[in-house]
Amino acid sequence: MVTPAQAPAVVTEPTAGSTRRRRGLTGNLLFFRNRKTVIGLVILGFFTVLALIGDLIAPYDPSLPSEVGLQPPSADHWLGTTLLGQDILSQILVGTRGVLFVGLLAGLLAAVLSVLVGVTAGFLGGIGDEGLSLLSNIFLVIPALPLIIIVAGLLPDAGGLTVALIIALTGWAWGARVLRAQTLSLRRRDFIEAARANGESTWRIIVFEILPNLTAVIASGFIGTVIFAILSEITLAFMGVTNISEWNWGTILFWAQSNQALALGAWWWFVPAGLCIAAVGTALTLINFGIDEFVNPRLRTTGKNAKILRARRIRARVGFTPVYRGTGKEQS
Amino acid sequence: MTGEPVLEIRNLSVEYGYDADAVRVLRDVNLTLHAGEVLGLAGESGCGKSTLAYAATRLLPPPGIITGGEVVFTSTRDDRRYDLLTATDDELRATRWEDTAIVFQGAMNSLNPVYRIGRQLTDAISAHRPEQSARQRRDRAAELLDMVGIPADRLRSYPHQLSGGMRQRVMIAMALALEPQLVIMDEPTTALDVVMQRQILQQLADLRTRLGFSVVFITHDVSLLIELADRIAVMYAGEIVEDATASQMYRTPRHPYTDGLLHSFPPLHGPRQELGGIPGAPPDLMSLPRGCTFAPRCRVALDRCRDERPALTATAFADREPHRRVACFQHEREAAAIPPSLTVM
Repeated sequence: MVTPAQAPAVVTEPTAGSTRRRRGLTGNLLFFRNRKTVIGLVILGFFTVLALIGDLIAPYDPSLPSEVGLQPPSADHWLGTTLLGQDILSQILVGTRGVLFVGLLAGLLAAVLSVLVGVTAGFLGGIGDEGLSLLSNIFLVIPALPLIIIVAGLLPDAGGLTVALIIALTGWAWGARVLRAQTLSLRRRDFIEAARANGESTWRIIVFEILPNLTAVIASGFIGTVIFAILSEITLAFMGVTNISEWNWGTILFWAQSNQALALGAWWWFVPAGLCIAAVGTALTLINFGIDEFVNPRLRTTGKNAKILRARRIRARVGFTPVYRGTGKEQS
Repeated sequence: MTGEPVLEIRNLSVEYGYDADAVRVLRDVNLTLHAGEVLGLAGESGCGKSTLAYAATRLLPPPGIITGGEVVFTSTRDDRRYDLLTATDDELRATRWEDTAIVFQGAMNSLNPVYRIGRQLTDAISAHRPEQSARQRRDRAAELLDMVGIPADRLRSYPHQLSGGMRQRVMIAMALALEPQLVIMDEPTTALDVVMQRQILQQLADLRTRLGFSVVFITHDVSLLIELADRIAVMYAGEIVEDATASQMYRTPRHPYTDGLLHSFPPLHGPRQELGGIPGAPPDLMSLPRGCTFAPRCRVALDRCRDERPALTATAFADREPHRRVACFQHEREAAAIPPSLTVM
């Protein structure tokens, strides 16, 4: 169709200097102009700071019992205390590091593994593809959580690193399959054939031609694995499988559960940790939306336009072009 | 002029983009299509030909937006008359294909590769005529294929088993399935070789005579239009600059741009001659010149052309050519620019 091709052609034409500079700026900062991304980054940034300095700013030793016993939030203990009189705010602050460390490390490792296996399989084809697909299919059916429980049982002092490694090892296969499928589809497209025809090396084709087209899939795989890893780690801690003297949000929930916080009406014991988990999950999902809109050039203006469209009550749809008579734009 | 107006486009304006940087791609376009007429839309790439056709049918994809005007469809069979721009989604859905059908630019790729073409033809019919029996639909599909010169046993073929020209003809058949009053063809023959192009156009002309629908034919091939179209509208930078019958436009182009277009393809007869072409490049729609949009490339531009924008009005010879319109201050100038080789043919 001529119409979609026309619009970009018009946009790329040289314009007056001031317009172009404005465009360049918005182009670079577009990722941060998206409100979803900004909210997500702010939340994640907040927790990252807590992860870094949490144990320095924690007002109390999170494990130290005191005589105050179970107390609701007060000026001394902002988020209240446990049955043993431990400060819950300190537990959350100290516990943030473990949660984010395991989540991000596992997500990163799984993303690297899935890219290596998935893209290679998709690009190679033939026997290499068969072998790597078999490998990822095997890993796909290994249940992560029971495996971690068994390993954690074997290694009594399994820490965050072990948990992260196991989650990464069991969690990469799904991403690899998606990437393989996408690579298979990309491999035969005209621009790849053109790159082959003008003599680009295989590595260059993979790294410069194929990978940028997979960014959205890789990013969503990464974010998905991070969320999965955080939830797994918290689940393990909550079940008491991992070391319960190492603080993370799951440990708090474990103690709250085993001391029947709900029956005692001690909501402050489990609600903050639950909200923190929800907040991190939300932040990662929002960032994922932002990445999606950013890496796909076709979606880039979506976020920018959404606000205007909402304000003017226009619904931009394919097949039913909106009619808006109120722009009042002068005939230039 | 043939018959009553079928489609009247009045002051249609279209922009791409929603913010302050929006590009105004159509500026107050006026165009009337009469019953049974073949109207050619010609112009360079990016001048708004397709945009005009898609905007008039509300099919323009985002970020296109219609910012003004009206598009009135008048049925010649009953007394329905409605403005497409104010129609609701359901109304649009009901009238599409019934009243206006479209053959898309890449029509060859408009067929779904996993269904037989018979199924795809009957689907189009059943969506609008649910009361018909399967047998009626199949008969109609066979009749349609026959109409475009494809044997009816091809109904059982998959799209990949047909050649490009055949697929294109299937799409034309599909467009005619519900006997629409208006068929919009967006460069339907661009992807085909000239032999196939000729065959299809010949068939199209025959079908038009038989069924009496109107056609909007979009192409940048002016020579094709001169043969095929009753009337031609030449577009430049989002505006119609000349609107005349094919023979008038061919013999005496009144707008210098039309003149340039006519000089940019070689005549098949007559002595060898240098092709003129049009110097310069299409204007940037983001920053159009103040006066006539064509002035920077125009051979005969005056100072006035750079300051004022000429409106699309009747020519100075309105008594001789009543329906002709042109947007040029100098259209009265002697049209001696046409070489004899072109006018003789």
